[in-house]
Amino acid sequence: MDGFEDMIFGRPEVMEDRPTHFCPGCGHGITQRLIGEVIDELGIQERAVCVASIGCTVTAYAYFKVDGLESAHGRAPAVATAIKRVRPELFPFTLQGDGDLASIGTAEIVHAAARGEKITVIFANNATYGMTGGQLAPTTLIGMYSASTTGGRTVEQSGYPIRMSEMLATLDGPSYITRVSLHNPANVRKARKAIELAFRAQLAGLGLSFVEVLSMCPINWKVEPVKARQWMADNMIPQFPLGEFKCIPEVEALKKAVKG
Amino acid sequence: MPERTLMGGNIAIAEGAILAGCGAYFGYPITPQNDLLEHMAKRMPEEDRIFLQTESELAAINMVYGAAAAGFRSMTSTSSPGFSLQQEGISYMAGSEIPAVIANIMRAGPGLGNIGGAQGDYMQCTRGGGHGDYYLITLAPSSVQDMMDFTMLAFELADKYRNPVLVMADGFLGQVVESVVIRDRVKKLPEKRWAITGAAGRPKNIINSFEMNPMDHPARIKLILQKFERMQRNEVRYEGLNLEDADIVLVAYGSVARSAMTAMQEARLHKIKVGLLRPITVLPFPYQPLSDLAGRGCKFVAAEMSGGQMVEDVRIAVGNRNEVKLVNSWGGVPLTADEIFEAIDLLA
Repeated sequence: MDGFEDMIFGRPEVMEDRPTHFCPGCGHGITQRLIGEVIDELGIQERAVCVASIGCTVTAYAYFKVDGLESAHGRAPAVATAIKRVRPELFPFTLQGDGDLASIGTAEIVHAAARGEKITVIFANNATYGMTGGQLAPTTLIGMYSASTTGGRTVEQSGYPIRMSEMLATLDGPSYITRVSLHNPANVRKARKAIELAFRAQLAGLGLSFVEVLSMCPINWKVEPVKARQWMADNMIPQFPLGEFKCIPEVEALKKAVKG
Repeated sequence: MPERTLMGGNIAIAEGAILAGCGAYFGYPITPQNDLLEHMAKRMPEEDRIFLQTESELAAINMVYGAAAAGFRSMTSTSSPGFSLQQEGISYMAGSEIPAVIANIMRAGPGLGNIGGAQGDYMQCTRGGGHGDYYLITLAPSSVQDMMDFTMLAFELADKYRNPVLVMADGFLGQVVESVVIRDRVKKLPEKRWAITGAAGRPKNIINSFEMNPMDHPARIKLILQKFERMQRNEVRYEGLNLEDADIVLVAYGSVARSAMTAMQEARLHKIKVGLLRPITVLPFPYQPLSDLAGRGCKFVAAEMSGGQMVEDVRIAVGNRNEVKLVNSWGGVPLTADEIFEAIDLLA
């Protein structure tokens, strides 16, 4: 077809030609696409292993043409650890949500990070439990509606949200910890660069690389999809500031290789 | 001349795993199997294999799953409270058709309990333990040689059925030191085309216990149930001693089988015709041979270190036909040959 010889944008090669199951306005579709772009860019389709977790990422392995497996709630970092230790040539990455990583799985992520396991963790923070219908998450904001705190989260009942990136950055094991957001195209580009850098860190044999992605969940926030991104920027960024929390010199040196 | 040496029970499990080609061991300290973990910490790196002490039993079982999914023979060892934590991970492996070996060196429960040996996890081991429809072949060693041999057998059966297999021992057996023959190393491990090895030159492999379409789930469960039927047909193992003319049959496994043997010999000196049926697989349980003995008119004494768990399987086999007496100890206290003999004496 004329004019279509130079395809400059399309589905990443590593992504399956199938519709996803995500809700309108969900951030997961964007994050997973960015991961797909990075896998293509780095040429690691044959080595990548998608460790899906419990939540809306439970079907992640259905969307990538890479080996993939299920993991129990919170345990993905342990599963990825074992795969990397027995087959260090492979490239395991986990995709986890708030409940999986910041609630039931805090021990597993902390210890994988402390040991400096050479895996990559992508943490989708949407301040709620998406799959199960929007209950309280460890990242839910004070005053924010949730299905199990319908009057809004209170400090007296549920304490304070957890900033995982900052917490993990106190450990010596990780090589790269950053928080990015999907609220507008400029930040989506930054998110892509962060994911690529995190993947490059693993390829360089460095310690655990971690990207926390502030992500939309309009259905459970009870915010219209078109308004969700702005809502996220206005409400979540003050609680979860964007930026790098750890970047060892060896990762710093990889930045010049990152596209865009 | 095969090499023979003195070895502790827990150590024999570790060495058996190495002989069987176990490529990855993940474990967490818990009494009474800490020596197993420590031995693996030293030996696995010597064999150029993976060892990791994990942050919990939860992490350990999930690492076993990961390494096994990547195609390696993989195991963990623990004791009862840790075994409880691992039920979820075991259920996931059974549901995902992942082979693995889990050694449970039982101690007294429930709760924190006691570090003394016990057999109180029998139901947990043989009636699932974790959620959902699945069954694990459960091997019950009675000697240090068994600890080595059954661990090797466990890896073989795990790969044969693509299912986790349990080695169910107790704290006393873990510490006993006996003479063992060192078996030959397994030379060739089975190929695992389903494993996570990187999708190079082949379609991707997916390991899961879940179906996107719920209507596809019953077919998965049917596979598991068919596995169980095959296990029941092909994998029953037991040892029978003096059963040919026995009037009373002792049923005991693990370290209790040792006391039962002494009680049997004592009974025979008293001219009581006692035999011993020692299950080697408590799942699949040897119902048929026990039923045949019941048909012959035998009475039964089930001996175990629990409140009474294996005895229920004996009663299933025997039905209402003949008497089944339970003699037991609990709380981490061993069951002695004298106590078993008393029970025989009362029945005779």
